[in-house]
Amino acid sequence: MTRVGLIRLAVIVAMIGALELACRTGLIRHQTIIAPSEMATSLYALLASGAINADIERTLGIIVIVIAISIVLGFALGLVIHALPRLREALDPLFATYYAVPIFIFYPVLIAIFGLSPIPIVLIGVATAVVAMIIATLNGLDRVPRVLTKVARVHRLDAVTTAMTLQLPAAAPYLFTGVKLSVSYGFIAVIAAEFILSPAGLGRDIADAYSDFNNRRMYALILFLLIIATVVNTVLHALDVRWAERRSGGRT
Amino acid sequence: MTRRATDTLIIAAVVLVVWKILHEIAGSTALPAPLATMAYLVHLVPTTRFTENAAATLQAFSLALLLAYGIGLAIGVWMGAHRLSGAVGEPILVVIYSLPKITLYPVVLLIFGLGISGKVAFGAMHGILPVALLTMGAIRAIPQVYLRAARTLHLSPWQTITTVLLPAALPEVFTGLRIGFTVTLLGVLLGEMFASKLGLGSMIMSDMSLAQSEDMVTVAIILFVFAAIANALLLWIEHRLHRRV
Repeated sequence: MTRVGLIRLAVIVAMIGALELACRTGLIRHQTIIAPSEMATSLYALLASGAINADIERTLGIIVIVIAISIVLGFALGLVIHALPRLREALDPLFATYYAVPIFIFYPVLIAIFGLSPIPIVLIGVATAVVAMIIATLNGLDRVPRVLTKVARVHRLDAVTTAMTLQLPAAAPYLFTGVKLSVSYGFIAVIAAEFILSPAGLGRDIADAYSDFNNRRMYALILFLLIIATVVNTVLHALDVRWAERRSGGRT
Repeated sequence: MTRRATDTLIIAAVVLVVWKILHEIAGSTALPAPLATMAYLVHLVPTTRFTENAAATLQAFSLALLLAYGIGLAIGVWMGAHRLSGAVGEPILVVIYSLPKITLYPVVLLIFGLGISGKVAFGAMHGILPVALLTMGAIRAIPQVYLRAARTLHLSPWQTITTVLLPAALPEVFTGLRIGFTVTLLGVLLGEMFASKLGLGSMIMSDMSLAQSEDMVTVAIILFVFAAIANALLLWIEHRLHRRV
């Protein structure tokens, strides 16, 4: 491990240690934050009991659906928009503003329309994640060498074959940025939606534990979600770095 | 410019048509028609219920933004200027940035309570990270030759900061401030939606439980338009800053 890595590890360990110490000595009240070691043991007990298996399945299932729809739909829409420059020009201001407005405030509107079910959660998740994929697809397609599209034309490939055999692989590294963002945004939107209002799910569990003053359960669930999010983001980041290396002449 | 204006109008028209169709499918109780909503907007804005809630949100948002900018800039300058701190801290900040911060909201509430301070802390939590990360990047990207030039001219440290470092880093720092604005607003609204008696976020939630969809859609649209206009303004300033350098 590098020196910087060691210092980073030391900083993280020191922060967790300080929190542990502050909780154990009563500097931080037990009603506010419980000790990190207690969070871990509580999470272990919760997972071992199987009490949250149904919620884990439900929440992760919705997240996977949201991400899958966002990536496929985002890529398809990106292809269509890229093929129509006039449409793209018109949509540009929309893309520039999209992530600057709190789309999430429409979640209650979606509940009013579709009722309290997984549908509004999936919709708000896709609405949050899909545009990142569209933008990444457009960026990626811009960087597909023109000679490849000419080759496709020479071979008289149809639009779908061109997209799947040529544009997709050529733009893949750039598309991955979109995938990474879609995963991150989809995850955040689904958890937030469940947390604000939902019949079930891990987000709802945390909100319930909070209103029941059940701190052990609440912190165990928070820890669980933070661990999953960190692992997923770290894996995606590592893949992204590998792609980038390969792109910038890692072949040598 | 005119073409762009036409495009924006066309997009707006498409949105209105889709909205109208959704209204026809879902019915008035779930989603009011566009025109009815516009009429309701004119009626809603002058009421004290709206102005009180809007003032509460604005107050919490301003305080959160102030905190996010202050702390974010301080962290960014520190980590940008001090290489080792930056190298150690950046991955930690990036990981925290991509976490679903909503899961930490109960913790914020337990620490700061249900009043305005909880909302402010939660909003600031969202804004600090992009401001810090982009400021750090901006300071690191300043070409070394600028600093050498400053040394050659015997500028004092303060003169170096105000006449060399600040102007060079400003455009990118401003990008951070713009993104910070957006996510801080989202943080404050999320906080209000989950647990608050006052504010536009809580107004939307109580409208939903009372099935007052006209009220709910109107408030959502006001917030939407506010954020879009603020972002357009900040983007305009940002482009001018970039061109100047």
